[in-house]
Amino acid sequence: MPLIVKLLVQRIALGLLLLFLVSILIFAGTIILPGDVAQSILGQSATPEALANLRRDLGLNDPPVTRYLNWLGGLLRGDLGTALTSGQDIATAIGKRLGNTMFLAFWAAFISVPLAILLGLVAVRYRERWPDKIISAVTLASISVPEFLIAYVAIFVVSVRLRWAPSVTTIHDSMSLGEKLHTISLPVAVLTLVVLAHMMRMTRAAILNVMQSAYVETAELKGLRMFNIIWKHAFPNAVAPIVNVVMLNMAYLVVGVVVIEVVFTYPGMGQYLVDHVSKRDIPVVQACGLIFAAVYIGLNMIADIVSIIANPRLRHPK
Amino acid sequence: MSDKLLAVKDLKIGATVYPPGEKPHDIEIVHGVSFELEKGKVLGLIGESGAGKSTIGLASMAYGRGGVKITGGEVWVNGRDILQTGLGDIRALRGGEVTYVSQSAAASFNPAKQIMEQVTEAAILQGKFSRKESEARAIELFRKLGLPDPENIGSRYPHQVSGGQLQRCMTALALCPEPDLVVFDEPTTALDVTTQIDVLMAIKEAIRDTGVAALYITHDLAVVAQVSDDILVLKMGDMVEYGPVDQIINNPQEEYTQALVSVRSISHEEKEPTSEPVLTVQNITARYKGTNFDVLKNINVELHPGQTLAVVGESGSGKSTLARVITGLLPQTVGRVNFAGRDLSPDLPGRDMEDLRELQMIYQMADVAMNPRQTVGTIIGRPLELYFGLKGEAKHKRIVELLDEIEMGVEFIDRYPAELSGGQKQRVCIARALAAKPKLIICDEVTSALDPLVADGILKLLLDLQKVEDVAYLFITHDLATVKAIADSIAVMYQGEVVRYGGKTDVLSPPFDDYTDLLLSSVPEMKLGWLEEVIANRKMESAGN
Repeated sequence: MPLIVKLLVQRIALGLLLLFLVSILIFAGTIILPGDVAQSILGQSATPEALANLRRDLGLNDPPVTRYLNWLGGLLRGDLGTALTSGQDIATAIGKRLGNTMFLAFWAAFISVPLAILLGLVAVRYRERWPDKIISAVTLASISVPEFLIAYVAIFVVSVRLRWAPSVTTIHDSMSLGEKLHTISLPVAVLTLVVLAHMMRMTRAAILNVMQSAYVETAELKGLRMFNIIWKHAFPNAVAPIVNVVMLNMAYLVVGVVVIEVVFTYPGMGQYLVDHVSKRDIPVVQACGLIFAAVYIGLNMIADIVSIIANPRLRHPK
Repeated sequence: MSDKLLAVKDLKIGATVYPPGEKPHDIEIVHGVSFELEKGKVLGLIGESGAGKSTIGLASMAYGRGGVKITGGEVWVNGRDILQTGLGDIRALRGGEVTYVSQSAAASFNPAKQIMEQVTEAAILQGKFSRKESEARAIELFRKLGLPDPENIGSRYPHQVSGGQLQRCMTALALCPEPDLVVFDEPTTALDVTTQIDVLMAIKEAIRDTGVAALYITHDLAVVAQVSDDILVLKMGDMVEYGPVDQIINNPQEEYTQALVSVRSISHEEKEPTSEPVLTVQNITARYKGTNFDVLKNINVELHPGQTLAVVGESGSGKSTLARVITGLLPQTVGRVNFAGRDLSPDLPGRDMEDLRELQMIYQMADVAMNPRQTVGTIIGRPLELYFGLKGEAKHKRIVELLDEIEMGVEFIDRYPAELSGGQKQRVCIARALAAKPKLIICDEVTSALDPLVADGILKLLLDLQKVEDVAYLFITHDLATVKAIADSIAVMYQGEVVRYGGKTDVLSPPFDDYTDLLLSSVPEMKLGWLEEVIANRKMESAGN
């Protein structure tokens, strides 16, 4: 088996193992959480008998290992269980929410990733000169301000004063793509500001590192223009670290949008999770946790796979 | 104004330096250098490190590496002063009229791109040839430079070809846009001596066939004598001597040039084995973890007290691996290492303090073998504390003695490695090894990173110390001139085996085995026409076989 295939198989197997371990962690974590589901469903005035019956019906009296195996078996069959509080099928409820979160994350990534890389390239081209300094200052400022603050300022200026975009970003199926995009324009803008700095600075650092190489000097002595050197000779050798940081930020766009979703009342995973944590609805929390973990592990796995494939020594062995 | 291809007039080059503990300031590193080059001629720029050879070479492309700035003078290429023209014109000059071959092709090729794309890039960009024409030219050049499979080698990536092949690809890269001038910057220095001779011949023929002019930069006078028409000798940014190659080699006028021509002033008489050997390596076979071939195959050598065994071989021959086995860094799979009358444990944890003390090492890169945050006194004092428990006044006294032995004064005791020259750093490393009062010092390419004259000083010091301290050296090197200078016995290694072993005189006298013959005949000699002679001899031999 060629080395590259072996490495890829290893990496994917490692990702699956990691996901399995995380599922144990999530399950264990939710078990030791304080609070009682039965109590929160029935309320403070429930009789002890009613509580006991409900606990039995929900399977809360089984040993943890049995409950974990049942849960895991369900997962493998695509059954995330039913929400304790509403009795709804979790998979159906989450499917819609996850789609919305992905929609928001996709458009934020669609704008922020190319923009970050472009700004990184420009910063390298004019390093230590004013375009570099302005880019660094602006992106650093935007990452330093808490995202909810940026969000509220944006709502105040753009929605309230200028009335350009809505502050409540509820989207539904009957809207056209254009309407949807207009609706989510504010959260997309805020998310872009939040993730831009990290990706841009990593792009800049990775390319600057490569710019020290002798082959960049060779390119300069061939009479290439600086931007061509950066794009054609430096960038391909800086792909691995850049992809890594891009994937970390994409994961953040899916997993870390809780605050933004709550601020903009966007019907995504984050809000759904927050609602059900406060209701002690363990199966929903578990399912959300596992989906977030899967997104995180999956995106990082993609980053590692791209890094492996980007290495010409592995792609074209001797 | 000049009809010459290249005319450099009173060129001055400056750089910003950042000395430790001082403010950064500008210094001048080239102080008014002038020379001329006609079409189709080769000028050799020669000097030791810091002479400004590469800096001057790059100035002919209006380029300054790092913080280097051209501060004065004129550089005329094809009738215009390139220091006065705009950036667009300079871009057309670079890669079009003047091209560059660097010392390390391995670092100068982009690892992420195919060789062909990089070789043809400048020719296409400068509008000299179409993509198709450029590729045809590249294949023709690959063939001319003696590369295997010239039709397809361009589709490979840099890591897929050997160092010598890549260096020839770099020459093809420089010649592809049909330039008027090529700057060769130490193009064979990083190569093994048997590879160097082929690349040298390939470069020489390519220069002759294409009629291109060349600046040939090197520290090796014997090499430059083979390819140049004229030679310019530089020292610390000053011109020392400038003249035809014949005059420089056979009738050097300046003292410095004479020193360069006649380095290797050391002669060392072979000593007879005296008593019991201090080191006996028996049937050693070793391999690296996770590999399935032996890097060392049945090695047998011995070394007597107060003598030097030189282990010679090219890169990959296993000579450094042998040192790793002896020091316990790589346990052998078969065989034993007997040291001072006792068998050494194959692995490091099995060795006691005395084993470690009596066997010291000196490395090629003195820079990285010392902690940059420790002073010379701390570095030399450490083994004194560790092995002998010396403290305070006694330790200080011994450090001063050691500094005296390596011909450095007490004033160096509080200096940091960054404040020392290359030769001084290596001397401190020698003192550190001696501090342990070892029976054997393994010297791994200790002079390879040094200029010839400095290296000469280090070898002299090592020989003097050997007489006083009666220490044995296992001297690992690829440089046969060094071997001749200091060895008592020699082991020639090739692909993990010792192919020739014995006293110095025996090993260096005919009849030779094929490999030793190839190795010895590949060492450049300071003689005009040597290259052609060797190549002609080899062709005759292979025709005769």
